[in-house]
Amino acid sequence: MALLEINNLKTYFFTRNGVVKSVDGIDFSIEKGEILGIVGESGAGKSITGFSILNLIDDPGKIVAGEIIFNGINLLTLSEEKLEKIRGNEISMVFQDPQTSLNPVISIGDQLIETILYHNKKVAKKDARKTCLDILKLVGMPAAEKRMGSYPHQLSGGMKQRVVIAMALLNNPKLLIADEPTTALDVTIQAQILYLMKKLSKDMNSSLILITHDIAVVSQLCDKIAVMYAGRIVEYGRKKDIIFNPMHPYTKGLVACLPKLNDENDRLYQIPGIMPSLLNLPEGCYFKNRCDYADEECNTYPEKKQIDKRILFCHKVKEN
Amino acid sequence: MAKYIFNRLFHSVLVMFTISFIVFFIMFKAGDPVELMLPIDATQQEVIEMKHALGLDQSFIIQYGKFLENVAQGNLGNSFRYGQPALDIVIERFPATLELSVLAMIFSIILGIPLGIISSLKPNSILSRVIMFFSLIGISVPVFWTGMILVLIFSVVFGVLPSSGRGEVFLFTSALTWDGIKHLIMPVITLSAFQLALILRLTRTGMMEVLLQDYIKLATAKGVPRRIIVYYHALKNTLIPLITVIGIQFGQLVAFTIITETIFAWPGTGKLIIDSIQNLDRPIVVAYLLCISVIFVAINFIVDVLYTFIDPRVRV
Repeated sequence: MALLEINNLKTYFFTRNGVVKSVDGIDFSIEKGEILGIVGESGAGKSITGFSILNLIDDPGKIVAGEIIFNGINLLTLSEEKLEKIRGNEISMVFQDPQTSLNPVISIGDQLIETILYHNKKVAKKDARKTCLDILKLVGMPAAEKRMGSYPHQLSGGMKQRVVIAMALLNNPKLLIADEPTTALDVTIQAQILYLMKKLSKDMNSSLILITHDIAVVSQLCDKIAVMYAGRIVEYGRKKDIIFNPMHPYTKGLVACLPKLNDENDRLYQIPGIMPSLLNLPEGCYFKNRCDYADEECNTYPEKKQIDKRILFCHKVKEN
Repeated sequence: MAKYIFNRLFHSVLVMFTISFIVFFIMFKAGDPVELMLPIDATQQEVIEMKHALGLDQSFIIQYGKFLENVAQGNLGNSFRYGQPALDIVIERFPATLELSVLAMIFSIILGIPLGIISSLKPNSILSRVIMFFSLIGISVPVFWTGMILVLIFSVVFGVLPSSGRGEVFLFTSALTWDGIKHLIMPVITLSAFQLALILRLTRTGMMEVLLQDYIKLATAKGVPRRIIVYYHALKNTLIPLITVIGIQFGQLVAFTIITETIFAWPGTGKLIIDSIQNLDRPIVVAYLLCISVIFVAINFIVDVLYTFIDPRVRV
């Protein structure tokens, strides 16, 4: 049984201008110890997918349909109190921007310690403190002891993100959701943080969902990849299939965007056009206006196809 | 830290020096108190004698110089009208005013902050709308109107609350006797109506803004109970701007209880200062304003200290 299984998840935002279908019927699953990458452009619904798993959707958003089955329990049927016990304990999350993820008026130590104490009331504060120190050292925080008393404004962006990652790991979660964990960081720190996360998730045998717009990142870290476009998954499968043999025209485009060092051509490939507004989606396949292969057939939304272990939504790829 | 405190003290002395000069000058130009104090049929001789006795026949510079000389010795001069030391008269009245302002401020805070939080959590609920409706009234209706309407309802129509005075006083305050409490209710409500509404609205706006921040979402994602998020994580951030406003407002309360004290014939400094300005009783006016500036300076200092406790970013 998969650790997490998502079936037909739909998260809609009911705005003044209409219903925004940020996540519109997606399915994926993740096994124990696996790393899944969710890739896509800004606004494709990647972050909303992550937030939906923990039921962290703010008004006017709402999860309108679907199942989020974690360890055999559908999280969408749980009460807020029961969810609080799972959040930060069995499933934890790392946000995109470390600059705004930490409370500016509470010390780093207190913010870390509370994560343990609210989940395990029996732990003595002293022991919780020790655990926090250990994890801070594990994520490579210099002078961890001193940093416990620091406040977020005294830390650099990279250090803050280490704190946030440490925070997410404190209770040995079974699943870690990392929403663009390195986007706000310097390139030099990015690789460090990513490998750290990979290593930690392997060491602790926890699963990792890595949400990113950077296909280069997923191509290195992930076991499985889901490509999202305009609120839906367009291609989903094992990394080696998706990266080395992309089939969906959008995935092909994304992979072609990867810069190659030995390439004589100094212009990078780009997918023409922009993702359509979620308020004004085209009839049929959402990608057809940017697709080189689109024709009449694409005026209906493609059916789900399974080719080997890959799920695909495209008329132009034929099963053989 | 010692240097910081020294700087603050030095600034405060400068502020008070300036205030004393301005007030002294305005009162000097405002008119002749002797004419108000003597009966209409007083002779020219009597006027001159009195002016001489009060030192009012000297030039402005000499009068002000004398005043400063006395201040240096801790003497703010005698009231023209009562003949007693002005500072004593002001200080004697201060407990009544402070009592009113402190109670009004406490009342505004203990009601304003929770109501503000409640209305921020579900801003569109009926309860929030009711709270916001009343806070709009509180912030718009002038103090004299609130006071008079309260008197009309509770004293005139129902006759349940006394309309004037402090009632029975025990240990400088009427809050310790039942009679005193009955006298306090209406003035405190009158005085706090605006403050309560202001604190409520500021809390609400602050909370609504803070609750949308990423760190609140992350706290939720960590599994921190909602209650703790609201009353600790979010409130602590909201308190930063709130403390500043509460500090300024408290100074305002002490300084401007005048209207409330006049309506309820409350024997505090507000009434004293109005009477003294009318009588051109310069020493009392100067003494009063100096006391008020000391209070303002003290409050600002306290706010700054509180700030460093709440906001780690401003710690020295």
